[in-house]
Amino acid sequence: MDKNRKVHQFKNPVLNWIEFRLPIISYFKKEYGDYPMPKNCNYFWSFGALATITLVTMIVSGIFLAMNYTPHTDMAFDSVERIMRDVNYGWLMRYIHSNGAAFFFIIVYIHIVRAMYFGSYKYPRELNWILGVFIFLLMMATSFLGYTLPWGQMSYWGATVITNLFSAIPFIGEGLKTWLLGDYNVGNATLNRFFALHYVLPFVIFGVVGLHVAAVHVHGSNNPDGIDIKTNNDSVNFFPYMLIKDTVAMCAFGVAISAVIFFGPNLMAEVDNYIPADPLVTPAHIVPNWYLAPFYAILRAVPDKLGGVLLMFGAIVILFVLPWLDRSKVRSCNYRPIYKWFMMGFFVNFFALGYVGMLPAEGLYLLIARVGLLYYFGFFFIITPFVGWIEKPSKLPLSISDVYAKNIAPNIGGGEKGIPSPAMQKDTNL
Amino acid sequence: MAKKPKNKRRDFLQLSTVTLGAVGTAAFIWPFLKSMSPAEDTLAAGSTEVDISAIEEGQSITIKWRGKPVFIKKRTKDEIDAAKMVQASDLRDPQDDADRVQKEEWLVLVGVCTHLGCVPLGQKVSDMKGEYDGWYCPCHGSHYDTSGRIRKGPAPKNLDVPPYTFLNDNTIKIG
Repeated sequence: MDKNRKVHQFKNPVLNWIEFRLPIISYFKKEYGDYPMPKNCNYFWSFGALATITLVTMIVSGIFLAMNYTPHTDMAFDSVERIMRDVNYGWLMRYIHSNGAAFFFIIVYIHIVRAMYFGSYKYPRELNWILGVFIFLLMMATSFLGYTLPWGQMSYWGATVITNLFSAIPFIGEGLKTWLLGDYNVGNATLNRFFALHYVLPFVIFGVVGLHVAAVHVHGSNNPDGIDIKTNNDSVNFFPYMLIKDTVAMCAFGVAISAVIFFGPNLMAEVDNYIPADPLVTPAHIVPNWYLAPFYAILRAVPDKLGGVLLMFGAIVILFVLPWLDRSKVRSCNYRPIYKWFMMGFFVNFFALGYVGMLPAEGLYLLIARVGLLYYFGFFFIITPFVGWIEKPSKLPLSISDVYAKNIAPNIGGGEKGIPSPAMQKDTNL
Repeated sequence: MAKKPKNKRRDFLQLSTVTLGAVGTAAFIWPFLKSMSPAEDTLAAGSTEVDISAIEEGQSITIKWRGKPVFIKKRTKDEIDAAKMVQASDLRDPQDDADRVQKEEWLVLVGVCTHLGCVPLGQKVSDMKGEYDGWYCPCHGSHYDTSGRIRKGPAPKNLDVPPYTFLNDNTIKIG
């Protein structure tokens, strides 16, 4: 051990005692106290914090649900009904958990949209983006496993359809499927292992989230103008500014999710899942959870089993290489006059795919799904590489403070030239 | 020069230790992976005997075998003719009707769509039977004919025929 190690000194002797043995206090002070946030960050930058809070809420409500849930095909459905009717506040736990899952995806989708639009995935945050896509994959797996547990009709048939995707793999597919299910079809062995995995995966997510946050703190957060922090005037400390801002966002989010939990807890639920699982009857329309519907639409748009499965997984895997498909050095779409519109088109397209993914795959809906599929992959393989090449980005501000000098100074200074903005005044004070 | 052989000895020891460690780890992982495969009692799920004397011509029943639905249909003359008329070579999964039945009026199928595992409609009179008047899978729109062969839609294969034997004219043993 290095004897010359500098130990941070605090006024409180207890803190000093801990700090000497485990420098965790200075770590938290550095990462969550003094951590510089670009001062132009808007509320889009609160969704990472919201996602973390939702993850913790899901883990806590899930642990309490598990205390009353029975992972057996004969008892699972009834144990969930018992949670709803007899367990004290069981209904609240379950509605928090089921709607929390939906809101978790809403938040994470907004978080991803933010990262894509403002180019947060670009140098030097590529690894951060990759970790984020991993989290997204783990979330999809976890939500799928969890949706099986109530053992309703949608649970059973959703599990059947998704596990059958693996049987499309040539040669080993059938064997792999049987191995995953522990049976020749979805049964008790499947329900048991899905419960075990659904319990453990959120903790894996929690670990990857830790890496994701640690990685973003190395080079700092991106911002709406996509330019780096150059001086202290470009940033504010995480505490108290960002903490307070995230708290405001959390309050707004709390109001939104409470409205759903208390006044429309089944808005996002499927009626068929209140019918106990029946292996002999398939519901007329198997509908995935809405947050997985865009990928389901891609699966159904392809009239070939293996092709559909490959494109569906490809639609997620392609996200990993986005930082290398985009050749433009400009991060924020605010300064990319052409790509900006293609990017917004991508978001609308993703939404449309999700919409038709919830409807039967026929006629116009199937056509929309196919056009949407073409745009989805065209966006990554053609538009993203080539627009970066031909597009002439608009002029970037010199610094983050410069953004305010342009936008705010004329109002404060009565439009007169030469009157420094508050930011610039601070500059001169340094 | 005395140094070289010594290094070689060390390299050998290092390599053999790592190899042994890797093999040992793999051997240790195997029981865990294997424990996820179907258990002995699952594999032992036996056979089912079905009384078919009450099935009328054109009627179809669904029974459960190894957790899966099995369709037993007594086909009408028209349905048999329709199934026989098709050239096997025109099909996605070429198979003659004669290869799919033991007695031509009795069609026995595993009622699981070969696309993603849904149960196709067509067992009840009121069900949609698809464009080929056999079965229709509502999940992703696969159409099967009166021999349970895939004719249209995303499914890659015909509906499976389970192993079965006629114990007598009125009883089928499936499995």
